[in-house]
Amino acid sequence: MAADESPGMVLLDFIRYHQHLAGTKIGCREGDCGACTVLVGELIHDELQYHSVTSCLVPLGNAAGKHIVTIEGVNPVTGSGTASPGLTPVQKAMADAGATQCGFCTPGFVMSLTGFCLNDTEASKENAVAAIDGNICRCTGYKSIERAADKIVDLLKKRKNENILQFVTAQKILPEYFTGIKEKLQNLAAGKKTPALTDTAALDKRPHFVGGGTDLYVQKHDEMKEADIYFLFNQPGLDSIHKEGNKCFIGPSVTVSDLQQSPIIQEAFPSFNRYAKLVSSTPIRNMATIAGNFINASPIGDFTIFFLALDAQLILSDGKTKRTLPLRKLYKGYKTLDKTPGEHIEQIWFELPGKNTRFHFEKVSKRTHLDIASVNTAIFIKMNGDSIGRVGIAAGGVGPVPLYLQKTAAFLKGKNVTEQLIREAIKIMQTEITPISDARGTKEYKTLLLGQLIKAHFMELFPPLIFV
Amino acid sequence: MKHIDSNTHVRGESVYLDDIPLVSGTLYAAVFDSPVAHGKIKSLDTSEAAAMRGVAGIFTSKDIPGENQIGGIIPDEELLAGTHVHFCGMPIALVVADSEESARAAVKKIKAEFELLPIITDPREAKEKGELIIPPRTFQLGDTHAAWSQCEHIFEGRTETNGQEHLYIETQGAYAIPQENGAIRIYSSTQGPTAVQRTAARVLGLSMNQVEVDTTRLGGGFGGKEDQATTWGVLCALAAILVKKPVKYALSRIEDMRMTGKRHPYSADFKIGLNKQLKIVAYEATFYQNAGAAADLSPAVMERTLFHCTNSYYVPNVKATAYSCRTNLPPNTAFRGFGGPQGMFVIEAAIATAAEQLHIPASDIQEKNLIQSGDTFPYGQIAVSEANECWSKTNRLYGIKKLQQEITDFNNRNPLRKKGIALMPICFGISFTKTLMNQARSLVHVYTDGSVGISTGAVEMGQGVNTKMLQVAATIFSIPSEKIKVNTTNTYRIANTSPTAASAAADLNGKATEIACTIILQRLKQLAADDLKVPADSLTLKEECLYAHGEKTNWSWKKLVTAAYVNRISLSELAHYTPPDIHFDATKEKGHPFTYHVYGTAIVAVTVDCLRGIYEFDSVKVVHDFGSSMNKLIDIGQCEGGIVQGIGWMTMEELLYDQEGRLRSNALSTYKVPDIYSVPKEIIVQALETTKENAAIFRSKAVGEPPLMYGIGAYFALRNAVKAFNPTATIPFDAPMTPEKVLMSLYPVPALEEIKEEEKKP
Repeated sequence: MAADESPGMVLLDFIRYHQHLAGTKIGCREGDCGACTVLVGELIHDELQYHSVTSCLVPLGNAAGKHIVTIEGVNPVTGSGTASPGLTPVQKAMADAGATQCGFCTPGFVMSLTGFCLNDTEASKENAVAAIDGNICRCTGYKSIERAADKIVDLLKKRKNENILQFVTAQKILPEYFTGIKEKLQNLAAGKKTPALTDTAALDKRPHFVGGGTDLYVQKHDEMKEADIYFLFNQPGLDSIHKEGNKCFIGPSVTVSDLQQSPIIQEAFPSFNRYAKLVSSTPIRNMATIAGNFINASPIGDFTIFFLALDAQLILSDGKTKRTLPLRKLYKGYKTLDKTPGEHIEQIWFELPGKNTRFHFEKVSKRTHLDIASVNTAIFIKMNGDSIGRVGIAAGGVGPVPLYLQKTAAFLKGKNVTEQLIREAIKIMQTEITPISDARGTKEYKTLLLGQLIKAHFMELFPPLIFV
Repeated sequence: MKHIDSNTHVRGESVYLDDIPLVSGTLYAAVFDSPVAHGKIKSLDTSEAAAMRGVAGIFTSKDIPGENQIGGIIPDEELLAGTHVHFCGMPIALVVADSEESARAAVKKIKAEFELLPIITDPREAKEKGELIIPPRTFQLGDTHAAWSQCEHIFEGRTETNGQEHLYIETQGAYAIPQENGAIRIYSSTQGPTAVQRTAARVLGLSMNQVEVDTTRLGGGFGGKEDQATTWGVLCALAAILVKKPVKYALSRIEDMRMTGKRHPYSADFKIGLNKQLKIVAYEATFYQNAGAAADLSPAVMERTLFHCTNSYYVPNVKATAYSCRTNLPPNTAFRGFGGPQGMFVIEAAIATAAEQLHIPASDIQEKNLIQSGDTFPYGQIAVSEANECWSKTNRLYGIKKLQQEITDFNNRNPLRKKGIALMPICFGISFTKTLMNQARSLVHVYTDGSVGISTGAVEMGQGVNTKMLQVAATIFSIPSEKIKVNTTNTYRIANTSPTAASAAADLNGKATEIACTIILQRLKQLAADDLKVPADSLTLKEECLYAHGEKTNWSWKKLVTAAYVNRISLSELAHYTPPDIHFDATKEKGHPFTYHVYGTAIVAVTVDCLRGIYEFDSVKVVHDFGSSMNKLIDIGQCEGGIVQGIGWMTMEELLYDQEGRLRSNALSTYKVPDIYSVPKEIIVQALETTKENAAIFRSKAVGEPPLMYGIGAYFALRNAVKAFNPTATIPFDAPMTPEKVLMSLYPVPALEEIKEEEKKP
């Protein structure tokens, strides 16, 4: 469909108040409850792929050329409007398990679980639960929802080598019309034109660069509605992850989910999925970009801390000139960046961990998942024989900016790892940080916690080292 | 039977407040609320806001045609602040505009100046300054003063429990449409349609029969929409009457969290005395309830704290005093458990203190003191107890000592991971403690095609009350559920309703429905009896067929209904129900306030990561007294949901108000409720399967609130796990037990002093 609404308006409002599709609910408007979850279908390498998003954080511009699926688009037509309407297997599993009480969060769960059915991931309970990790239910205590998910997993296990879309339509998980979507999107893509990032006329207007919008739309969704926006997702080639020698390059529209799906990243960071699970939720990870996380400049940005430890480098461009800046030099003060308003991140690169290198990420928040860290930290160590060679330690939540702990790193360099050494290092760390007391904890807690997480780093990386 | 709304729920077709198709010309409201917690309004300038495009009107207290008063129990709360504001978030002015955005944009242009007045956020400080909502109340049994001398062990302590945001996923909201002759219809997301009706009438200067309040369902309530939905319903009605156009207001999450009250935080002192045999001989408690800036439901909540101050235990000598303290927070309100959980936490803390000091498991004390049938509660009611039955079945099914031993073994094996376990018996009284509120009506129509419509005062908010109403009618009439529809809750159909609260809606409205259906059935049977020339009491209906003395007759349900209509026999009935034998004398603080009690026992087990201070709940294993559940799917769902909500309150849900009375945890990003990963890995709920008689509908005991209190066990399990790592930890009783508090308890104070030393260095 074509729409005249402003591209900065959020998809949720367009769905509910312009299209009058009331099945998509409003719970929080900050991506934290999942009541507004919808699926986005797009062609990736000419394959139709769907992922879940929270529509409250999606600017309409990011829906351009995509297939947006709301609960109404999932409902079987049979018996619609009668006392016994048709239900998809996902809907039936939810209803039969008593997994819907007040019902307000339910369409979001149905959409997330339907998205799971459309994914190529293994049909396991763990993956089914991961698909609904961004959906909050205040009534059920989730156990009945888990039981419904079990039923769905059982169904998905029946899929052998069939094409996913064929399977889900044959099982009536989705209506028949889904089989024609690929062709429709191909036709749409043929007519699509987006100005390139080198288009100086477009850039001269100093537009807001919007990737997933997951931070921007939490903070200022009102003012974004009429803003001039440059949508990075609509620009081809910005989502590439590639390797040159031992350097890994990440484009500005690469999302967390993209990293999770990248063989380069998986090989370099075998625990990557474990780390990513601590960061927001599936629908948010589907939208949130790494570059956006850097530019948002939160002192607690999870992937900022992750890449800070790796001493990642940014290639900044204003459309005319380029420069390289280490991520650790981007932050000049609280939410103050070494970046002109016209500059944007064109590339991110970092040295891939290899032999003799060790990497680990730790995060503790009030709620372990889908929460902002009280403290997060990452460490990168290049071993020189038995002693520490190069080391990068980053810590979030303990200062006005994401911290690169220089003194601690300098202290560790060239030494052998012992319990005593780490305890000494923690004391040095404490001189480098300036945590404040806020909703995420008192400064005393954050100080103690960072020390504990540094111990955790070394316990993970240097077993059987233990701190009791 | 499944929840009757489940099909429309999973299809996204259930209608909530924000989904109601709008009447053309509808305007949108937004509130300008106080940015300060206490002050005198020096000036209020709405001129710039009023001049904005799309703004249809801005209303303040001066525009109220009736009385500017929304207080239910005590008339102490203005709808719109007149001269003073008493909490951050108190509504001052109402903007109506042609779009939500215009209304909210105009709110930002309203300017107000305040003369700041002293702010109190701490209930003990309020009590010291004499800021009490009502005079203190004391429940007494025996003579504690004399009893202390009989005690072998006496322990004292102090506890704090924080509040809890309801976080219904559907925010508060209302939609008011003016009707002819000055009447008004209000669609309200409320647990108490009559409260909205009564208050709207009062504020607008209308009679109650001019105010129609209609509620289809709520996207969660949990007590948060019992009294606090009224403000929004009345504000919309006020604006609608003044601008003569429909007005809608669905609050944003931040507005909702900022402007509405929550579960009451409590501070309390306790003193407990035990004899050599670990029998609790005496118990004293003083409760300081943080009521917020106005009474709201606080006096009733405070009363239930006193009713449940001894939880599931019999204590012969009790003295419990409670103060409802006025502070400058939003007026706190009902929340699942209604003060009961706060009372129970304190005696559990007292028992935990005794157990820790005596180096025994708390369960040894808990088990020895469970209330038995014939024992007297501090308020005079004689117990009909299932406490021992639940406890011993818990032990039989799950093995308490075995679990405790397994945990000890695990803890010995693991230096940095420690498990903790806690038993949590519960006892919760069912009935509104305000006796007069225990009444309900049900209107049942049988239509000539044999279909049935039911209207009651109960509000569906996910708890399945409408499903239970339908089950009652389907059982009495012996017809399939497809023939029955439960209608919206509407003050024009059912008048003078009590709110859907106190876990009592299914009982009260279900019994009224049972009576109404039975009366209609009697009429139908009499009609057939006359025709068949048999006594009416020999007739039974089974699957739409009438049987006489067990023999099938040629009378079907359809034939009965048609014949009744032809013979001008009423196919409708409005029945009234009130539970018998309940009474309470507040001058003596004695009586028989509860129709019955619900009992249960839970075992909560947790594992703490003692390196990081984070934790995971392994299991919650329960034996719950359902009486005889009429809907297992729904009742188990209530248990699981209640347990997780209770664990949330005890662990991660942390309300943070600053010294200025501003809520800092004001969004889902800062106020965390349980997600799917944080719930216990295993929740088992087994039924007690009792054969004892009870006064519940179909012997199926009320189930809404009681399970929440199993969650209290989470706090004590965590405490035990921390003690397993650091036996000398002094852990203040201060819930919720967040990862922060866990880590700070795991690591002794010297470590922190070390940090402070470091801080002093330049």
